[in-house]
Amino acid sequence: MCGLCGVLGGRGHWTESSASPEAFASRREEVTRRRERQERIRLANRILGHYGLKLADFSGGSYVLSTFTGRSKIVDNITEVWIAAEALTGRGCDPLDPALLAGLAAR
Amino acid sequence: MTAYDTLIPINIVTGFLGSGKTTLLARMLRSPALRDTAVLINEFGEVGLDHHLIEHAEESVLLMDSGCLCCAIRGDLQGALRGLFSQRTRGEIPPFRRVAIETSGLADPTPIAYTILAEPVLQHHFRLGNVVTVIDAVNGAAQLQRHPESVKQAAIADRFVLTKAAMADDGGRAVRAAVREINAAAPVFDMDADPLNPDALLTDDLYATGGKRREVAGWQDGFAAASGNGHDHDHSHDHSHGVGSFCLLFDGPMDWTAFGLWMSMLLNRHGERVLRVKGMVNVAGVADPVLINGVQHIVHPPTHMAGWPDGDRRSRIVFIVQDMDRAEIESSLNAFNALAA
Repeated sequence: MCGLCGVLGGRGHWTESSASPEAFASRREEVTRRRERQERIRLANRILGHYGLKLADFSGGSYVLSTFTGRSKIVDNITEVWIAAEALTGRGCDPLDPALLAGLAAR
Repeated sequence: MTAYDTLIPINIVTGFLGSGKTTLLARMLRSPALRDTAVLINEFGEVGLDHHLIEHAEESVLLMDSGCLCCAIRGDLQGALRGLFSQRTRGEIPPFRRVAIETSGLADPTPIAYTILAEPVLQHHFRLGNVVTVIDAVNGAAQLQRHPESVKQAAIADRFVLTKAAMADDGGRAVRAAVREINAAAPVFDMDADPLNPDALLTDDLYATGGKRREVAGWQDGFAAASGNGHDHDHSHDHSHGVGSFCLLFDGPMDWTAFGLWMSMLLNRHGERVLRVKGMVNVAGVADPVLINGVQHIVHPPTHMAGWPDGDRRSRIVFIVQDMDRAEIESSLNAFNALAA
């Protein structure tokens, strides 16, 4: 439980390999939680740029998702990133969208 | 945090009205391996009938009688499971090691799965075990055609149990073909012809210490069967309401971070139509295969198997989807994976 806000801590998000060390025990080289977060932010920003959004780390435990005009939301995991992205932009963020995929290929 | 494999597994036994769920459950519960199983029954209509049929489990049966489990009383399921765990902790009931939920025939089982996986308290004590869907060889094909609930029950299944095959003119071939079209990844057992044992049906799963390897071996058959569903599901079959399964194969290793971004984004936007995902993923930089398992918006924590089952190192992922296009999903995942290159 978070001592500040009293929120019960959930299980780590399934996308975070640090939350499932057993599943990634046969890794050939160590990947720290911090390095994995940085890589997640880097890749997420390649996608989020398509929607005019930017993701940044927040205290090593959360993320800040911002529009280019400065509106922002703090989120805990990558699922919440997509929910917040749709709320901030008012549009669906669809990984099957051909325009998104074309944009990713072009960058 | 509690290790996932120490949580109490919950099996969902579902199937349409009159398909034989209680008969199956009663037979299973005679096994010593399931002696410490608590049973939750949701009745729809004739209250108490099924309860009497499984008398030997009486002490740990909690009969919920307030209607449809999946929507109207999801809160009751939450309350019932919390109550069971509380009674267990206080020593008021035997320390059960497994829970079996028999759904009402009209239930969509996905909210039940969601409750187990996502409810803030339950997720620390329970995990979802195998979903067993009972299908009736005489009426099953027609039920799939008429009732979307039965298609959902088939789509979410880890195992099918065919009943009344001897009474069907075709021995159950039509319904076997129908469920294979919807969910090729789940094996079909014949209740009368196959030796049904609790391992094969209920207790072998990805998080069972003893049954993990057997479970993954079964997945191999599922991957092969789903790969046979090679055509794109851009048309809706009469019996499947647009639900179909296919297996995607990927030659190169998958970047886990890119995969997580893609899957979480896909499930956020299309989770209602991505009914199941099961896969064995070759993750870049990881020697052993990483196993993934998802139900609609929820993905279980990934796990691994010690070593690949054979020389084939391709990632293989089964999707059970409703009105979604295989090629779109495949090209999207490839595009995301290329981001990490």
